[in-house]
Amino acid sequence: MNYEVVIGLEVHAELATRSKMFCGCPAVFGGQPNTQVCPVCLGLPGVLPVPNRRAVEFAIRAALALNCAVASVTRFDRKNYFYPDLPKAYQISQYQHPLAKGGYVGIATPAGPKRVTIQRLHLEEDTGKLLHLPGGDSLVDLNRAGVPLMEIVSEPELSSPQEARDYLMQLKAVLEYTGVSDVRMEEGSLRCDVNVSLRPAGSAELGNLVEVKNLNSFRAVQRALEHEVERQRALLEANRRVVRETRHWDEASGTTFATRSKEEAHDYRYFPEPDLLPLEISPEWVEQIRSQLPELPGKRRRRLVDEDGLPEHDAAVLTASKRMADLYDACRAGYPDPKTVSNWLMGELARLLNATGRDLSQVPLTAEHLIGMWRLMDQGVLSGKLAKAVFEEMFRTGKDAATVVREQGASQISDEAQLAAVVERVVAANPKVVADFRGGKEQALGFLVGQVMRETRGRANPELANRLLRDQLRPG
Amino acid sequence: MEDVEHVMKLARLDLSAAEREEMRRQLSDILEHVAKLQELDTAEVPPTYHVLKTREIWREDEVRPGLSQEAALANAPRRRDGCFQVPRVAEEF
Repeated sequence: MNYEVVIGLEVHAELATRSKMFCGCPAVFGGQPNTQVCPVCLGLPGVLPVPNRRAVEFAIRAALALNCAVASVTRFDRKNYFYPDLPKAYQISQYQHPLAKGGYVGIATPAGPKRVTIQRLHLEEDTGKLLHLPGGDSLVDLNRAGVPLMEIVSEPELSSPQEARDYLMQLKAVLEYTGVSDVRMEEGSLRCDVNVSLRPAGSAELGNLVEVKNLNSFRAVQRALEHEVERQRALLEANRRVVRETRHWDEASGTTFATRSKEEAHDYRYFPEPDLLPLEISPEWVEQIRSQLPELPGKRRRRLVDEDGLPEHDAAVLTASKRMADLYDACRAGYPDPKTVSNWLMGELARLLNATGRDLSQVPLTAEHLIGMWRLMDQGVLSGKLAKAVFEEMFRTGKDAATVVREQGASQISDEAQLAAVVERVVAANPKVVADFRGGKEQALGFLVGQVMRETRGRANPELANRLLRDQLRPG
Repeated sequence: MEDVEHVMKLARLDLSAAEREEMRRQLSDILEHVAKLQELDTAEVPPTYHVLKTREIWREDEVRPGLSQEAALANAPRRRDGCFQVPRVAEEF
């Protein structure tokens, strides 16, 4: 039987405010344990929460960028559960009246563009961090408790692990472009839970839903979903039942395993937070925030396709991260050829970022470096091959192209007299290949050019070498 | 009594048989009272989310000094490495 995959994503993003959601403690990442706390976020008696205006503004900005309708009145609720990362024994969240509803994110699928509906976007406070000790106890750090958190829930409309990954990438790009979150999965400022079920193709009823947690990268999201889809398919094909449960992704083994299964459905006993007034969001405020929205990834992608003539795929890759897209624009401001710019950013730069596991913000490379390098190539000083070595050095050290070329003696040999001597040596050393070429075997020339490149350790200008060889070998 | 036991479990309460009976009676009274209130026709009454009239109370996004680690942990029964030390709780919520 054919099965249809149904996936929904629940994404949490910490907002990049200076202070926490309901108190003035710093919201920055990475302090010593329990040094960014106060009576409010520690849940001490007798305190009152006061909402951070900027956190609400950021959430509205994200909601608008995701095409949501922002509520005119929104309210906080208490979500009650017992866990040591939650000092009050409840989390201030939003249940019945979320800040925003009904947006969408556009993704590309093999069948064409698709709009993935965003069911709701709401504000809440983050919880603390637990460190489980081998002896059985846990250590609690409450620095993150109370950091503004936005929850974005998609409708279960994604029909493959790839779509889920694309949706998440696109969502991340929007949050990054609007500057509302650092969106670093490795620091936990962007987190993702997925739910996935299978149903017979064409059936309207959803199968039993499995939630998967502990997904700390885009790759993990896709791999965990691929694994989970296969696991459920195997169960259904063996006429067995998929149990409705929460499963944990284990990166090392590439499998999911069941956490203690729930005996009953969640019962958080939500009720309106009595310590906070409902928030009235004026249409003027919403319009003011809308008018200040930056160019969003979708629009930027279109610009790269329509104005710079890049292929859809290249435009999508370049605009997936704001830093990359900004670098592209800065390069284009000083260099006329879009294809050269996109090839280097998507090729060598992406390769080195990947290999070093670094982020663009962590490398000293700038648009000026790249523009300088391309100009040297255009002037014939640098060959494509040498440029790669120069590029690596710029990427590593932040030196400009001219300096690297000078230091490495990497400049191309374009001096005719100097190269002619090499060509003569090569011709003399390869009489058989020379004879082949003279006998009409055109490919033989390629071998000779290669030998010239080898003799000069890649520094010969290939066009010049080619021309000099032809001159030398011309009959008579 | 089923409701009482459910709420006991959620609230992690351990009540004796006598206490349960008392809770059952009190909860029933409360529910009956609310049921009585629900007989009122409120179709024309706007919902009240809060007894105070809504007005904007905001905090600007400014960092303010909080507690030192020492002060934060002052009442912790056990601590280690600058953290509260607690018995491990299996994740089951």
